[in-house]
Amino acid sequence: MKVPFSWLKDYVDIDISAEKLTEKLFSCGFEVEELVEIGKDISGVVVGEVIECEPVEGTHLSVCKVDCGDKGVFQICCGADNVKKGIKAPCALAGATVYATAKDHVTVEGVMTIKKGKLRGIESEGMLCSGVELGVNGDMFEGGDYFGLLLLPNDCKNGEDVKPILGLDDYIFDIGVTANRPDCQSVYGIAREVAAVLGKKIKAPDTSYTEVKGNYEKIKITDLAPELCPRYIGHYVKDVKIAPSPTWLKKRLALCGLRSISNVVDITNFILLELGQPMHAFDLRTLEGREIIVRRATDGEKIVTLDENEFTLTPENLVICDAKKPCALAGVMGGLNSEIENDTTEVLFESAKFARDNIRKTSRSLGQHSDSSALFEKGINEYTTELAIKRALHLIEELNCGTVTNVHLDVTTEYSKLKQKEMTASVSKINALLGIEVPAEKMKEILENLDFKVSLSGDNMKLVIPRFREDIDGYPDIAEEVIRFYGYENIKGTFLPSASITNGGYNDEQKAELKLKDGLSSIGMYEISTYSFYSPKDLDMLHIPADAKERKAIKILNPISEELSIMRTTLAPSMLNVIVRNLRRGNMEGRLYEIAKIYISDKLPIDTFPKEHNMLSLGCWGKSDFFEFKGAVEKVAELFNVKFEYEAAEKPFLHAGVTARVLCDGEEVGYLGLISPEISHELALERAAFIAELDYEKIKSHTQTFKYRPLPKFAEQTRDLALYCNKEITCAQIENEIYSACKYVTNVKLFDVYHGEQIGSGKKSMAYTITFTPKDEPIEDKVDGFVKKILGNLKFKLDITQR
Amino acid sequence: MDVQKNIKEIESQVDEAVKDVESSKSLYDIKMKFLGKTGAISSLMKNMKDVPPEERPTLGKLLNSLREWTEQKFTALEQKIREKELKKKIAAERVDVTMPAKAFPSGSHHPNTLIKDELVSVFSGMGFEVFEGPEIENDYYNFTALNTPADHPARDTQDTFYLSDSLLLRTQTSAGQIRVMENKKPPIKILSPGKVYRSDDDATHSPMFSQMEGLVVDKGITLCDLKGMLDEFARKIFGEDVKTRLRPSYFPFTEPSVEVDVSCFECGGKGCRLCKGTGWIEVLGAGMVNRRVLEGCGIDPDVYTGFAFGMGIERIAMLKYGINNMKLLFEGDVRFLRQFK
Repeated sequence: MKVPFSWLKDYVDIDISAEKLTEKLFSCGFEVEELVEIGKDISGVVVGEVIECEPVEGTHLSVCKVDCGDKGVFQICCGADNVKKGIKAPCALAGATVYATAKDHVTVEGVMTIKKGKLRGIESEGMLCSGVELGVNGDMFEGGDYFGLLLLPNDCKNGEDVKPILGLDDYIFDIGVTANRPDCQSVYGIAREVAAVLGKKIKAPDTSYTEVKGNYEKIKITDLAPELCPRYIGHYVKDVKIAPSPTWLKKRLALCGLRSISNVVDITNFILLELGQPMHAFDLRTLEGREIIVRRATDGEKIVTLDENEFTLTPENLVICDAKKPCALAGVMGGLNSEIENDTTEVLFESAKFARDNIRKTSRSLGQHSDSSALFEKGINEYTTELAIKRALHLIEELNCGTVTNVHLDVTTEYSKLKQKEMTASVSKINALLGIEVPAEKMKEILENLDFKVSLSGDNMKLVIPRFREDIDGYPDIAEEVIRFYGYENIKGTFLPSASITNGGYNDEQKAELKLKDGLSSIGMYEISTYSFYSPKDLDMLHIPADAKERKAIKILNPISEELSIMRTTLAPSMLNVIVRNLRRGNMEGRLYEIAKIYISDKLPIDTFPKEHNMLSLGCWGKSDFFEFKGAVEKVAELFNVKFEYEAAEKPFLHAGVTARVLCDGEEVGYLGLISPEISHELALERAAFIAELDYEKIKSHTQTFKYRPLPKFAEQTRDLALYCNKEITCAQIENEIYSACKYVTNVKLFDVYHGEQIGSGKKSMAYTITFTPKDEPIEDKVDGFVKKILGNLKFKLDITQR
Repeated sequence: MDVQKNIKEIESQVDEAVKDVESSKSLYDIKMKFLGKTGAISSLMKNMKDVPPEERPTLGKLLNSLREWTEQKFTALEQKIREKELKKKIAAERVDVTMPAKAFPSGSHHPNTLIKDELVSVFSGMGFEVFEGPEIENDYYNFTALNTPADHPARDTQDTFYLSDSLLLRTQTSAGQIRVMENKKPPIKILSPGKVYRSDDDATHSPMFSQMEGLVVDKGITLCDLKGMLDEFARKIFGEDVKTRLRPSYFPFTEPSVEVDVSCFECGGKGCRLCKGTGWIEVLGAGMVNRRVLEGCGIDPDVYTGFAFGMGIERIAMLKYGINNMKLLFEGDVRFLRQFK
């Protein structure tokens, strides 16, 4: 929200600097995001009168003597075509700063400092300036657009600083307005807050005008969509004379970045800035049937807006129509067919309130945005709707550009807000919410400064709420108004003196997750965090087949891009992408983990809450081999207090010979393996990369609560066995048979594998250390028997012999 | 007197045998030769039964003193040799302690986890429990129940990722507040950390980020209590001397609403690059829980009041660790991660 300092001063006697006002606004909730000094780049430019002017033969230059009053008389060489004796123009003396322009005299190329010098050998002590060189356009100052000298009025005093004359001593406050205060989306709205914070009276804009009565041809307004248009006011102005606006009006618009078009259009734009009410002026001769109908568009109905864009509409869009056709896209932009022309003589002014979400939807769906739609989206109040039409009519009169008739059509509906809201609030309750004691009289004063009507009786405050304050809803809103102006610095910290004692901290599940993270970080793994969404292409990268369950992903209806368009069903692509990124950046090894959710729905598209399922992914690349990586997976089992079993498995993205399924109490809980050679090649991976994905929640369900097991009373016994077996037999098969043969076996550990000529092809030797744990009696004497039994079982089940 | 002669001989044999002994192992072998079950001295002892009974006492004495002499001799030698051996061993095993250490592998938690944990520990000391709600929310929990009606600008689809007409990726952890208040009666003190999603992607915005929401509902809770709690938070997270400042703001679910700044912990409030010369850094939004929100959850706003605050975990992490680009937090670059020990 851009607010010129000079404009604010129309409504409030501001006796503090722009910087001070910035602080004041900040304290009451209006952050000035940027304070722009209009003429900040211009300095040392004064009024100069050309008292002599001689053309230089053979050039376009003239040598001038310029009288700069108390600064002296200077010789200046000037190339402008409008330089002549007797004129007054801005004169930049040595040391002055102005904008440097390109050869076209229009494009600003930075700021330059004026130095004394020679032009074609002729001494020049300064520069006479154009509007562009001072950052002034024709709307800000008459003649500012001319590429020659900017001519100043003759009554300017020679030597005087030109900045106040050209309005370059002004400031623009760029103010952030919170969403609850659409009433402050205007210069006057901000002025009301400025008056309150300074404790000054506000001077309301002049809304007086005289209606000229007459027997005018009938104009009709019908509101067929009151839910989208709660209020519509139209007023008929005749004898319109379209002409340029006066300088003061052009300048106001220019300060806010709008170009002047014509008096009538400028009036509507001025009111948009001044009051925050978007208005529209229809050329009445184009309105068939001299009629306005506010209605929803029909399906497929078309409109061409002022900027010559054509839109095809739906009943979700509100249109302003005449008897036959749409003439404006309500609240967004007028139609080309009813635009004000230079020969327009009859105008119907519109000041209306449209439903904010409807304007937003229309503006978004059509991709058509305007200053008007921006204001309607934030919300308009009808107090301002009424004020705006009066102000417009006053300006018509003031600019003498038309006759204000007495044809005033005010369509109110059941959605209109005409009444002033009243409420009561308790002083003590307000103070109880704030936690401090603001005196009742002080509250009254603050609220009255904000246009509330207040009557106090004891603890009770009866309030009449200003109509433009639609945000005021209950006593906490009043408390906010009070503390905004009483000052937040009066809020002193207390430490819940009245609150009950509660016990805090993580619950058991959250603690378990943290323990898992601690454990993984402690073995050299780094935790990562990646986006919860990715692209279908990420699944392609992993060669996931089209019918795989991973493809049943929840789609984001309005994704930022295809890259981030589906909710993830597996963490593997995210992990692999991180590994790829690291390798491309030259990080040749690393170990990572992530605990995050996947999102699973039985039905797509979803219509109910999907499952959010916690998963754990592990990744590792560089020097590690499969078994080292498996160690990390085993660490997970240890941290969950469960036991994992492994069996060879296949996955579309993993090496068929180096992939295992992970089982927990017989249930599949995940996989680990080496990225397949094909994918490795496709991604140009320079190192072997391993990925594991474990179902956090399934594993959690197998977790045993930790219990201490009494130590055996007698010493454990160990035996080493070297076994001779078929190559296809797996380590897990052998282990299982050893366990199942003897209930005293508590640990079986492989310590050597040997393949080689000595034992023949198709065979291998596996050496294990077996631990036997005694129960209630010593077992030294029994161990040899156990071993015999184990060997017997291995021979019988797997045809394994001892070496 | 054969025996006496024998004794003499054994004594000289012992002296001779141990003369050049170097290791405790050979010393032990020698010792066994004399003192072992079948050793020379033991054999003499065994022969006692052949000695006439009257000579036995004298002879016994002699043999005993021989054994004692021999044992003492060996004990003394053993000690000497062991000392020598120990010295040798130490010399042999000496290392250059100034050589570089072998790295112990150790990873790290993500900065977000570190900050989240730190925040939880600050607030759990004040009695806050941790509650984590779902990331996929519906309209009601994310907006309506938070006093953000259907026509509110905050509902703009530009900011919210929708998964269906009514299901969406939560845009704020405040959604969790409602789930807690529906199921728990005051006193309530909860923290709700988690991922949130907004359709924003540039240098300072990420479409996914994390928030930490705090909520207190009880009798007699005031804006001053909010300030007191945030003062404590600022001190614990940013440093003892850090102060907080409240200024008016707006959130649909709180009234009054405030923006909370902390005094700049880099420059102490004098003004620097971090605080853009203002001396203050914006860290979170907060306010008194809106009556409508309490009512909607079945909590009587005339009996209970409360406050809520919400902060971006990444923002705190970036401020605290001086991280200049939010994207780094989601890239998983090990050179970045390994700094957060």
